[in-house]
Amino acid sequence: MVDNNRWGNFFAHLVLILGVAIVVFPVYVAVVASTHPPGTFVRGVMPLLPGPNALENYRTVILEGRSRAGTPPIGGMLWNSFVMAMAITIGKLSISLLSAFAIVYFRFPFRIFFFWVIFLTLMLPVEVRIVPTFEVVANLGMLNSFAGLSIPLIASATATFLFRQFFMTVPEELMEAARVDGAGPMKFFKDILLPLSITNIAALFVIMFIYGWNQYLWPLLITTDPNYYTIVMGIQRMVTGGDSEPLWHLVMATVVLAALPPILVILFMQRLFVKGLTETEK
Amino acid sequence: MQTKRMTFSSWWLPYALLAPQVIVTVIFFIWPASQALFQSVYRQGDAFGIRPPTFIWFDNFKALFADSLYLNSLKVTFLFSVGTTLLSMGVALLFAVMVNRMIRSRDAYTTFLVWPYAVAPAIAGVLWWFIFNPSIGIMPFVLQGFGYNWNHRSSGTDAMVLVIVAAAWKQISYNFLFFLAGLQSIPQSLIEAAAIDGASRMKRFWTIVFPLLSPITFFLLVVNIVYAMFDTFGVIHATTEGGPAQATNILVYKVYRDGFVNLNIGSSAAQSVILMSIVVILTVIQFRYIERRVNY
Repeated sequence: MVDNNRWGNFFAHLVLILGVAIVVFPVYVAVVASTHPPGTFVRGVMPLLPGPNALENYRTVILEGRSRAGTPPIGGMLWNSFVMAMAITIGKLSISLLSAFAIVYFRFPFRIFFFWVIFLTLMLPVEVRIVPTFEVVANLGMLNSFAGLSIPLIASATATFLFRQFFMTVPEELMEAARVDGAGPMKFFKDILLPLSITNIAALFVIMFIYGWNQYLWPLLITTDPNYYTIVMGIQRMVTGGDSEPLWHLVMATVVLAALPPILVILFMQRLFVKGLTETEK
Repeated sequence: MQTKRMTFSSWWLPYALLAPQVIVTVIFFIWPASQALFQSVYRQGDAFGIRPPTFIWFDNFKALFADSLYLNSLKVTFLFSVGTTLLSMGVALLFAVMVNRMIRSRDAYTTFLVWPYAVAPAIAGVLWWFIFNPSIGIMPFVLQGFGYNWNHRSSGTDAMVLVIVAAAWKQISYNFLFFLAGLQSIPQSLIEAAAIDGASRMKRFWTIVFPLLSPITFFLLVVNIVYAMFDTFGVIHATTEGGPAQATNILVYKVYRDGFVNLNIGSSAAQSVILMSIVVILTVIQFRYIERRVNY
């Protein structure tokens, strides 16, 4: 090692601790703000130490919401976000596994054409074709429904590519052995390919759950019924609802609740997360 | 494109397996995209059906490029993307270089630095908006001490700084992980050889480490520009809403405003088409690069 410089290491630690402090700061402030009574925010600067009202604030946002500004209780929104995130994740994983299986293990006319059709989805993020996509979903009668929230987002080129890549590395002998033993394609898929892909599936699951949970523009457009609001878009309604300053203690309690699930997923599955992140971008 | 040497044979099964993905893609991706292409060369009919849509060639595009608001939006998007990309990549590279020196504490620091990835752009926006809130925020209070009067509600520059900081903050984790992986793949022997030859720490970094990181840097550059241009709708919408006076009205936000608030479908469709071409160009660049990286 050439880097055994005591002062250098001290300096590096200093930079990192400062850096971590800056990175953590916004969330720290949010947590602190969510524990204060409303009166704190009328005078002077925001507090930097926790206050006494944590339980009450969280109880208010989860169970009551802000009836005056028309935002429903957060409990329901959290549930909606969870359902949407799970539907998107499971949808993406299953249709990508199936299409990668078809592309790798079969030879059929128009195979390459279909591959390019799937590839196109990479080039058409929802933000750039927002009006016509909204019209299609409206015409199909999918506004204000979980189907409308999830199905338009489940096509996935990256997941298909990743599984294709992985299937190509599965030894040929496995399939030959399965065929000798008389297993059909679907049995091979279910009993051999799926169990082998489990780490890849788990890694992608982490990435896609976060993707699904953090959807913002799409739920904003297609939900007008508060029963289908998701929490990430619900915050915007809380911030801009009403002419006065937002009720910061309740907004920040909501922010904390909205950010917590995906953060926990990353912290508890860091290894899978890093694997998923680096492999989907190859 | 390859398959396995030996394949299953069935004339219908592969189509059935591909069907869900292809149907979703056609209905929700390709059909709307072609609608956008179609609408972008038409003038809308009115709501009562008296005046049918008329084909107007590229008038929508011409109108866009003559529109000072759109040109302003292009400029704002450019500033915003460059600012976000440079800030988050610069900070991430610094963190990655520092963490890479650590042995025991590496994992601990990494854990502290990766989780902002999980925070939605809209939430990142609200968090920083709170910190920079002109009446109660901590940053305006601190800046006041330096004699700067922060107000992102009236100053376009302040608003731009706010959205750049919020967007860059969230992206640091991503860049950090890739830079760290890149640093760890650099052979230690190269650095030691340079040290023996008497190269100083700074010289080692700029002549050996940084050039070896260039493929990753280039890749991150593209990814970050894509992120800043297309994934930051939430940051803008939850905080400045494009204001004040159009100062943060980036392209994706403008498409949304013109389509859903101002109901100008033709112009919005033309903007969609321009955005799609930008994505196509960026995707092609990204894939060209990946092909090259294989030989690297």
